[in-house]
Amino acid sequence: MQILIVLPIIIPFATAIIAFLARKWRLVQRVWGTVGAAGLLIVAVMLFKIVHQDGIQSVQIGQWPAPYGITIVVDLFSAVMVIMAGIIAFTVSIYSLIDIDEQRLAFGYFPLLHILLMGINGAFITGDIFNLYVWFEVMLIASFVLLAFGGRRLQMEAAVKYVTLNLVSSALFLAGVGILYGKIGTLNMADLAQKLAIEPQSHLISSSAMLFLVAFGIKAGVFPLFFWLPASYHRPPAAVSAIFAGLLTKVGVYALIRVFTLIFVHNLEFTHSLIIVIAGFTMVTGVLGAVAQYGMRRLLAFHIISQIGYMIMGLGLFTPLALAGVLVFIVHNIIAKSNLFLISGIVHRLRGSYHLKEVGGLYKTNPGLAILFMIPALSLAGVPPLSGFFAKFILIKAGLEVQNYYIVAVALIVSVLTLFSMTKIWNEVFWKDMPVSIDKKMSTKTNLTSKQYILLVAPVCMLAIITITIGLGSEWIFGVAKQAAEQLLDPTDYINAVFGGKS
Amino acid sequence: MMHSIILAIATRYLSPLIFLFSLIFLFRGHNSPGGGFIGGLLAAGGFVLYSTAFCVTSAKKKLIIDPRTLIGIGLLISFISAFLSLFSGKQFMTDIWWEVTLPLLGKWSVGTPFFFDIGVYFVVAGVTLTIIFSLSEE
Repeated sequence: MQILIVLPIIIPFATAIIAFLARKWRLVQRVWGTVGAAGLLIVAVMLFKIVHQDGIQSVQIGQWPAPYGITIVVDLFSAVMVIMAGIIAFTVSIYSLIDIDEQRLAFGYFPLLHILLMGINGAFITGDIFNLYVWFEVMLIASFVLLAFGGRRLQMEAAVKYVTLNLVSSALFLAGVGILYGKIGTLNMADLAQKLAIEPQSHLISSSAMLFLVAFGIKAGVFPLFFWLPASYHRPPAAVSAIFAGLLTKVGVYALIRVFTLIFVHNLEFTHSLIIVIAGFTMVTGVLGAVAQYGMRRLLAFHIISQIGYMIMGLGLFTPLALAGVLVFIVHNIIAKSNLFLISGIVHRLRGSYHLKEVGGLYKTNPGLAILFMIPALSLAGVPPLSGFFAKFILIKAGLEVQNYYIVAVALIVSVLTLFSMTKIWNEVFWKDMPVSIDKKMSTKTNLTSKQYILLVAPVCMLAIITITIGLGSEWIFGVAKQAAEQLLDPTDYINAVFGGKS
Repeated sequence: MMHSIILAIATRYLSPLIFLFSLIFLFRGHNSPGGGFIGGLLAAGGFVLYSTAFCVTSAKKKLIIDPRTLIGIGLLISFISAFLSLFSGKQFMTDIWWEVTLPLLGKWSVGTPFFFDIGVYFVVAGVTLTIIFSLSEE
């Protein structure tokens, strides 16, 4: 039982170690990497079941009691995020079997992937703010190597931008932690929540809150700190960019939500109204940036940013309904976004380019793929009955309830523009004929055997099915999200779980 | 590379000493200054000295195994040491100590933090040597 709570960290770590020791045997790597990801998914579902039935779970690592030791806490929000990590890990691992070339495999793709997953899961389930920093660093190092290796010059350029901005973010994060520790004298998040509730508000606390906002804002890619994201996400192999698009920015969003629902909730009209303003700008700039793009992955990367805006908007509204909406939105977005990146990889395989002007005619040759593209694309734009519709519906309803009409208007307009972008991809990639001038050059690129093609399409299918399931089963998911939102807004359960179950 | 006889002779005697010293640092860890990290660095230092005095290939031969494998082994040892507590019903990463009576050396207490330190020792030595060997090869 106790072990189950730490397993989301342990499984990727064990997988990484064994894959690293077996790095000479590529078949072992491939099989073991995928099995490890599947194991992670199974554990995540089991963990979710327990948290759903018995409430928030916690473990004191090394039996050092909170607030002195590191506590691992899993509430519903964390459990859902770990499941998402498991789903993406599993699907991307299958996709990587074909997408990752021998050279990258020999360099240690699978160990790095699992170290990255360990960092992501660790960030999701830790209950200690400094430990959160450590997991962010683990994630940063693994993602930096994943982004850079392969050694092409353009890729290196992307990686340098990425790592510089993220190091700045880490420094700010650390400064925020330092101020908080100097003022309050504790690093345990539950303890911080308790002590800040009785501490009079001071400028130091507010400045620490702002440091956290900027630090996590950079990680999440919010306005005006997002520019590293579209500059780097379109360079690595499709499998890597899918896992980045799906999970990395969401860890930033997760941290923002955790910190601004648990710790910094005593100056709401300042912090949370600021968050709403940021959310509006993030949505608009993201979607407008996408309009001008003609590289498929660049376009999708800009959409990540605009979607982050929706999540932050829910956090800013700060009602139970809005937070439930955020949760549904994150779940929907992780699935749909990763799926679109995986599809862009397949398009690249089939046509030899990511540029919208150089591809075309895929509807004629691969109608199945075209339909598979439609599902996440329409879901992202918010067409019923797919997952995106319900997520946006809940968020907009929450906005109307607190009568914040500006943000609702922005969200609706951005939604229409998203539909426009998705139609653009559809028209250029699938509908229009292959451009004649490059037809001959590219036709040689279709060198996928049918077995390879199936392995690439299978994860896309899985994610598409999940998107539809979320849409159809949205009532149940909304129920879970509401429960999770209540846990977030009333931290007594969380604090009790950290301090109560002393063993 | 310049070949110095003085350095080569000195290294023959120094590098085993450095290696022994790193082991002493490792063993006295936990409660007094020392531990796996500094021990690992020292051990790597011994091999680096060897590679400057002779050449990288001969230093690699002395090491016998690939430094990257060393990293993996170290991680595995640390990982298992964190797990041992679960079998005695305690929480993850709790320290467990055993009393061991050795011939000549008397009573010693050995615990999982020590195994964790051994793991760290291997990882640090492995990482340092991987970096330095690949840099000096270019």
